[in-house]
Amino acid sequence: MIAIFKREFRSYMQTMIGPAFIAVMVCFVGIFFYLLNMVAGYPYFSICLISSFVIMAIAVPLLTMRSFSDERRSKTDQILLTSPLKVWDIVLGKFFAIVAVFMIPVAVFCICPLIIAALGSTYFVLDYCTILCYAFIGMLFISIGMFISSLTESPVIAAVVSIAAMLLLYLWNNLVGYLPSGAGATLAVLLAVALALGAVVFLSTKNIYVSAAFGAVACLAVLAVYLYDSSLFTDLLPTVLENFSVIVLLNTFFYSYLFDLAGLLRVVLFTGLFLFLTVQSVEKRRWS
Amino acid sequence: MIEVKHLTKRYGPNTAVEDLSFTVEDNRIYGFLGPNGAGKSTTMNIMTGYLSATEGDVLINGHSIIEEPEQAKSCIGFLPELPPLYTEMTPYEYLVFVAEIKKIRKSEIKPAVEEAIKLTGIDGVRSRLIKNLSKGYRQRVGFAEAVLGKPPVIILDEPMVGLDPLQIIEMRSLIKELGRDHTVILSSHILSEISEVCDRILIISKGRLVASGTPEELEQQMGSGRMVLNLTLRGSREACEKVLAGFEGMSCSCTGEENGEVSFRVELPKGEDVRDKLYFAFADARIPILGMTSQIASLEEVFLELTGAEKEAK
Repeated sequence: MIAIFKREFRSYMQTMIGPAFIAVMVCFVGIFFYLLNMVAGYPYFSICLISSFVIMAIAVPLLTMRSFSDERRSKTDQILLTSPLKVWDIVLGKFFAIVAVFMIPVAVFCICPLIIAALGSTYFVLDYCTILCYAFIGMLFISIGMFISSLTESPVIAAVVSIAAMLLLYLWNNLVGYLPSGAGATLAVLLAVALALGAVVFLSTKNIYVSAAFGAVACLAVLAVYLYDSSLFTDLLPTVLENFSVIVLLNTFFYSYLFDLAGLLRVVLFTGLFLFLTVQSVEKRRWS
Repeated sequence: MIEVKHLTKRYGPNTAVEDLSFTVEDNRIYGFLGPNGAGKSTTMNIMTGYLSATEGDVLINGHSIIEEPEQAKSCIGFLPELPPLYTEMTPYEYLVFVAEIKKIRKSEIKPAVEEAIKLTGIDGVRSRLIKNLSKGYRQRVGFAEAVLGKPPVIILDEPMVGLDPLQIIEMRSLIKELGRDHTVILSSHILSEISEVCDRILIISKGRLVASGTPEELEQQMGSGRMVLNLTLRGSREACEKVLAGFEGMSCSCTGEENGEVSFRVELPKGEDVRDKLYFAFADARIPILGMTSQIASLEEVFLELTGAEKEAK
């Protein structure tokens, strides 16, 4: 794993990608820092990170787009997969290398509260905890980007899909607010999900009877719960899907001064899940 | 020792390799021969653990590539069809990286890399970026990667592609040298490359093993005593064919006809030499023989016959 980490990190820093990523992050956050903290005089650096969050959503795919797709295209994955390394070692080595590059601008951000402190009063706990949350969300984005990169051979497609996925996560909070909350609408969505699960079962097993039975049982279960107590379905979708919002982690902290530990754990858990999916995706390719 | 057991690989409805079984003995050079698309690369990729087989297993020195991939892979050095090189690295950096992922002990990395560099003659380009190297040098860097750490089994997929004639000769002597204390498997679709360096040949076509043995054995097996004659006669085609029809068990085909001269390719049954009889028969018919050359079926023909026959059967 360490060999992969060293090679990847060096490769990012030797090619244009690493320095370009660092420059984009530092420049844009720097502009926000200048405008919000220096010119407008806000004493919190956190507001700058929250306002510039979308920059991360666009810049992280720059780093992750090549991680697996490029190896697959140039066939360099052959040297990795035929070496006595485990796929987990490869995935973690790459992940930590990208995280290391990502941490360079984050380390620069750590200086900003000190600059504010030199000019007046500041809120160190708030700022540094926000930077911590920001770093964890960054890691989640990296794991998502790596997973998407492992699905395709084209870095460009990986980048476009990753940016879309990250913008979706960025806007998640607002989008969830527009979801229907009535029991009937929830029932319709859940039935569609049940049918989609049936389709997934069909795609993986190619057995029409098993997948039809699975879909039917899932639909019946949803219907049974609905008929038993339809009030259970009211507001179900927004309540469940709200949990997938990541920006809310920063917002709760900044606006309510609450350190959302459960939210942070959720981010770590999702990061692990996407790393696991990346391993599965790499393994699966050998079987197809 | 490598044992390939009932290997099958399917891509959807297409079968790339079908029920392939063979055993590779230690310290020998094996040649994997077959036309393009015969399944050579797929088999090698499965043997090295890059791809998984649909059915069957490969044992490398007793370790299953499916159940004990780490142990099996640490016995192998692999040069794929396209050398898997990170072009932003120098050959030296690349080889150190490969040594690390091959889990060579830290203290042994430097000597192992130096040895591989010396063996493949890339010392002069060790600190140039791989992206600036020519195809031949890239191939050598790939070769250095395969022999790094002296793995007991070295698998080379089309190692001669892209090399100039001098480099091919060098590569051959290198492979022969390695074959003394390593098991080497190399693939090619060019017969002369294989017959030049290999102790044993495995001929594969359409994903199946169609023949195996030493080059001499294959020649014997397929062409022992079977003679092919090339005849050039002066006369009409009909008259010549009439004379040839008088001989039983021969297969003749007219290969050319111009200026009153006719050429025939005549295949004689095993162990029969009818050149005298042919001479007298044509003399009786007053057809002069302008030329008659004979040859024993060569390895090339064995190869063509086996891989061609397979195509016809399909």
